[in-house]
Amino acid sequence: MDAASILEAVDLARSFASGHQRTQALDGVSFAIRPGVVTGLIGPDGAGKTTLMRLAAGLLVPDAGSIRALGLDSTRESLAVQAALGYMPQRFGLYEDLSVQENLDLYADLQGVPHTARAERYAELMHMTGLGPFTRRLAGRLSGGMKQKLGLACTLMRAPRLLLLDEPTVGVDPVSRRELWSIVDRLVKNEGMSVLLSTAYLDEAERCQAVILLDRGKILDQGPPATISARMTGRTWAVRVAGKRPRDLQATLTGQAGVVDALVQGDHVRLVTQTADDPAQLTGLPGLQDAHIDAVPPRFEDGFIDLLHTRNDPTAAPHGVPRVDALPQRTGADDAPVIQVDGLRRRFGSFWAVDGISFDVRRGEIFGLLGANGAGKSTTFRMLCGLLPASAGSLRVAGLDLRHAASTARGRIGYMSQKFSLYGNLSVAQNLDFFASAYGLTGTRREARRDWALTEFELSPYAERLSADLSLGYKQRLAMACALMHQPEILFLDEPTSGVDPLARREFWLRINALARAGVTVLVTTHFMEEAEYCDRLAIMAAGRILAMDEPAAIKAGARTPEQPEPSMEDAFIRLVEAADAAKEAA
Amino acid sequence: MSATQKPSLRGGGLMRLKGLVRKEFLQIVRDPSSIAIAFVMPIFLLVLFGYGVSLDADHVPVALVAEAPSPDTADFFASLESSHYFAPLHARTLAAAEQALREGRVNAIVHLRANFAEQLRRSDGAPIQVIVNGVDANTARLTQGYIEGAWGNWLARRTASQGQELATPVQLEQRVWFNSELRSRNYLVPGLVAIIMTLIGTLLTALVMAREWERGTLEALLVTPASMTEILLGKIIAYFVLGTGGMLLTVGLAVGLFEVPLRGAFWLLWACASLFLLAALGMGLAISAVARNQFVAGQVAIIGTFLPAFLLSGFIFDIDSMPTVVQGITHVIVARYFVSIVQTLFLAGDVWSVVLPNAFALLLMAAIFLGITWRKSRKRLE
Amino acid sequence: MLIRLLALIHKEFLALLKDPRSRMVLIVPPMIQLLVFGYAATFDLKDISYALYNEDRGAASRELVAAFDGAPAFHRVATLHAEGEVAPLVDKRAVLVVLRIGPRFSADLQSRGSASVQVIVDGRNSNTALIALNYVRAIVDGFNREWIAAHGLPAPPARLETRAWFNPNLESRWFFIPGIIGMLTLVTTMLVTALTVAREREQGTFDQLLVTPLRPGEILLGKALPGFIVGMVQGTAILLIATLWFKVPLLGSLPALYAGLALFLLSGVGAGLLISSLAVTQQQGLLGAFLFMVPAVILSGFATPIANMPTVVQTITLIDPLRYFLVILRKVFLEGAGFDVLMGQFWPMAVIGGVSLILASWLFRHRLY
Repeated sequence: MDAASILEAVDLARSFASGHQRTQALDGVSFAIRPGVVTGLIGPDGAGKTTLMRLAAGLLVPDAGSIRALGLDSTRESLAVQAALGYMPQRFGLYEDLSVQENLDLYADLQGVPHTARAERYAELMHMTGLGPFTRRLAGRLSGGMKQKLGLACTLMRAPRLLLLDEPTVGVDPVSRRELWSIVDRLVKNEGMSVLLSTAYLDEAERCQAVILLDRGKILDQGPPATISARMTGRTWAVRVAGKRPRDLQATLTGQAGVVDALVQGDHVRLVTQTADDPAQLTGLPGLQDAHIDAVPPRFEDGFIDLLHTRNDPTAAPHGVPRVDALPQRTGADDAPVIQVDGLRRRFGSFWAVDGISFDVRRGEIFGLLGANGAGKSTTFRMLCGLLPASAGSLRVAGLDLRHAASTARGRIGYMSQKFSLYGNLSVAQNLDFFASAYGLTGTRREARRDWALTEFELSPYAERLSADLSLGYKQRLAMACALMHQPEILFLDEPTSGVDPLARREFWLRINALARAGVTVLVTTHFMEEAEYCDRLAIMAAGRILAMDEPAAIKAGARTPEQPEPSMEDAFIRLVEAADAAKEAA
Repeated sequence: MSATQKPSLRGGGLMRLKGLVRKEFLQIVRDPSSIAIAFVMPIFLLVLFGYGVSLDADHVPVALVAEAPSPDTADFFASLESSHYFAPLHARTLAAAEQALREGRVNAIVHLRANFAEQLRRSDGAPIQVIVNGVDANTARLTQGYIEGAWGNWLARRTASQGQELATPVQLEQRVWFNSELRSRNYLVPGLVAIIMTLIGTLLTALVMAREWERGTLEALLVTPASMTEILLGKIIAYFVLGTGGMLLTVGLAVGLFEVPLRGAFWLLWACASLFLLAALGMGLAISAVARNQFVAGQVAIIGTFLPAFLLSGFIFDIDSMPTVVQGITHVIVARYFVSIVQTLFLAGDVWSVVLPNAFALLLMAAIFLGITWRKSRKRLE
Repeated sequence: MLIRLLALIHKEFLALLKDPRSRMVLIVPPMIQLLVFGYAATFDLKDISYALYNEDRGAASRELVAAFDGAPAFHRVATLHAEGEVAPLVDKRAVLVVLRIGPRFSADLQSRGSASVQVIVDGRNSNTALIALNYVRAIVDGFNREWIAAHGLPAPPARLETRAWFNPNLESRWFFIPGIIGMLTLVTTMLVTALTVAREREQGTFDQLLVTPLRPGEILLGKALPGFIVGMVQGTAILLIATLWFKVPLLGSLPALYAGLALFLLSGVGAGLLISSLAVTQQQGLLGAFLFMVPAVILSGFATPIANMPTVVQTITLIDPLRYFLVILRKVFLEGAGFDVLMGQFWPMAVIGGVSLILASWLFRHRLY
């Protein structure tokens, strides 16, 4: 085969037993990766990305086929392969009770870096990752982005020729994400390293020189990302309808025949159609009679979504808008703020995790808390849910402080945490039943809700499966279903889409939108910038304070400069954070 | 290992091992619960048990009933009253004494009938009625023995004062080797050292492998050139050193605080304790590696360590008196071998015929447990 | 309220029994352990290995030796012919007892009416040594009585007539088996409770529980009842084994026994949940379970009587629930006790259980981590 390839697989297959079923994680996968470039391994959850990485690193044995890395057989010569390549697992196993320096020392020892060469290598790595000032800090105290950078530094200890990165940017804020990418780019350019990187963020695919698209164990396509987006030329549009909120427009368009994808982007909806149409023909779609339609250049994401749709069922229409039942109860006047936070502070030791924040959320509003890891989002969130007492300030959720409220008050909220905390040793149906009963649902009503959840979240085939064995995307669905069993009027979502693939994220937000239209108040934390655009209002947090709070368009407008007339949410966010840092240094 | 495949890896082995050992130590230092297990728990348990556990009964409450008090009854009772083994309580009637026995206020009744003085002078002698509470059979036997002792003294004194000789054809001349005062602490404390070491060794390691699986840190280690043997060795060395610290502490307390004589050589005790520690650590690692789940590993540790070591090691209960099947089961209890070694080394000295076979058994157990751990932790993820 | 509670209990049971490994751990070991421990835990020596070193050739010594050989508890493993053989045999624990009869034994007995025999006992286990000595003394006493009767010597002016109440044959197994019931019940409650809250904390599901309308008291009940029910079922099974298999007489009031079991489970579950809610990680929970369980067993009076402990330690035993339960078990089993006698044992367990449960439920919400 191609002698120049640095990693190649031939008819690779691997399955896993889960309960009584066998899942085919990889099914006849063949590819060859060129040296000296970044290759993206792109695919939804459960596509087999991690299995492929583990096979390449010699941690698993394939059922059939072979995989060779750096000219060595990964399966039979696993120790030699492991000595030669660098692999950073998805949950990189940093020892959280060891300091940054101690983690580095450990991996230097394990990789056999000579003592004489260490000072220089450490300096290089620390310079590259920007962790220099934190060498004495415990790894457990680092932010998510810093942890990933430290994991990368440990993996790079001996400058491997081939680097495997399994979803290195999951759970990482945009600033750190940019930094990680610039490190990877530098490694490829300066050191000639070859990188295989798996990701669920589709904007990252465009930064790769080549991509492999994987879905349900099979390769959908491979090649440069531009060729994949090029197929979409003439099928992508920006749609605006005067007097209609983009969210409502999206709901109308989603699921219509001929529509592949509809996505809210600030003040307009980005529309992808099945065929290359004339804009005039689009007005035939419902809701688009008086639309203002512009053609926009295609993105990689459009091509990917299109491929997935075609593969799943070329004839079927995409998902429709989810059914959301009317709310059972309402309290208070319609315009009164449902969540009121005033001067809220929380201290851990001498450190103020949340340092005086105030905001209000109105009924039916989707309010986003956006911030880097460690900005205080989760602490705020835990205080609002009554899990943590506030050190100072006041907070009201539906007029009550949940920490002291009667248990019935808690029945009005739904809660979904970033870990998708479910009982892993209970089945899907048992989890649903338990949470329904915990919220006091009984008899036929509980059954009805369970059936609703199984159908609505397409969990029926997995009803008897242990929830621990579900893929991340399905865990998220189940967590969401559990939080909605009792039809809450307020929904708290803590990084609900962390690590979840783009299709699942789309579905998730369609549901959230539908809930908001039905009058549910939603408070969501996220560090996906595109998701910030789906919120009605958002607060950007850093170091326990709110830097800005407004509608997404207004926040972006605030970051407008002559050099950057159309800043993205990410640009706006980074500008705000940098400005705050600069102000702090000046003070 | 693939040392043959890739000879360049060999030189780094020592460096990798040092790195792994240092990592384990740092984790130990950062986690107060490991330190607590290794140092606080032994002190706490040994002091508590050293003082709390004793089979020697003192001041046993005894009810004395004389239906017709006389100089003769007073003379007999005096022999009980003067002994520190008894805390006598005089009862007027047998019924009152029986009530006291039922209520647990006394452990035994010594009852002299109304015609005691009269029968004393007849040829077949006077019966002395003794009732003991048999629920705690061991204490009952001890109490019975003490009463017999007092009775013997009284008989000897009485016959001597009357110028007669008491007929005791065969006199028992008893010699208790190794522990002449029969101080139960002298045998319980060395046994406790073994029990405590079992707990320390197993508890330290029962969760460590399971924790690395659960937290995903093992996957990162597995893709480095470090072999599974090195990873396991790193853990064993670190916890071995920690456990040795705990061992020295318990032995020091046994000798220093509880004044148990250490008649054997200290180096031999050290060597045997090291073997035992290896076996106990191996057991913990094996539990951890098989369970791969902290919850189950914890449950197995709760069930599998303390009670078996407490009851089946020969620490309290004599193994030879158990039925054959149960005796067979005791052979899988690591503590059994070490209990035998420590009791011998502390009280009897360097008896090679006891030490060697038991030490060999410990070595075998350590090899078995570490072998299980090693087999269950191959360098693959499935 | 009841629905929520039932759901929680149902969930706890599923979590406990669904995993086949967990189920195994919970059901099988206690049964096996009762059988094994029941046989192991006895102070009655059944097989005292002894060596005979008889330098005397007279008839009297043969008679004495016959008495030993005829005793079921004694088992001669060696016959020695030289002084030097004694020490190695004792050292390597081949024999527990050496009976040494001097060369003039029979002659002295005939001529002076009295002679001595030497008994050497291995004192490494002083309790076993003491019991073995008692057995030896009993055989020698019997020999003496027969000798006196046969040779018309004067009998002593008084003799002891000993009876043991509640356990006439002084079977120590009757004493230990009720104790083992208590210990195994304690171990089970620890198993079920000590790691549960810590595990939910580590997995993040505890937060999920706290934001539902479930009150801390309900969560507490949900966590406590499975331990309680498992303990009851298992306690019953163990009781059956104890009475039907080991034939320990159960003389007292069964309701009183169950009341004791219930209160003991209450206190054990309380202690377990308190440990669990204090612990942030399962490692800490496990450590806590041991730090409670081991002293609770050792200081309960299971093997060594509380009365023998120093006063300070005796005071500490007052907070050990197992102490009270052991008294109840033994009194009900062997002494035939009922409620009237046991009131003093019931209320301390209720207090321990109540206090620890209240503390645990307070900690659910207030333990920050």
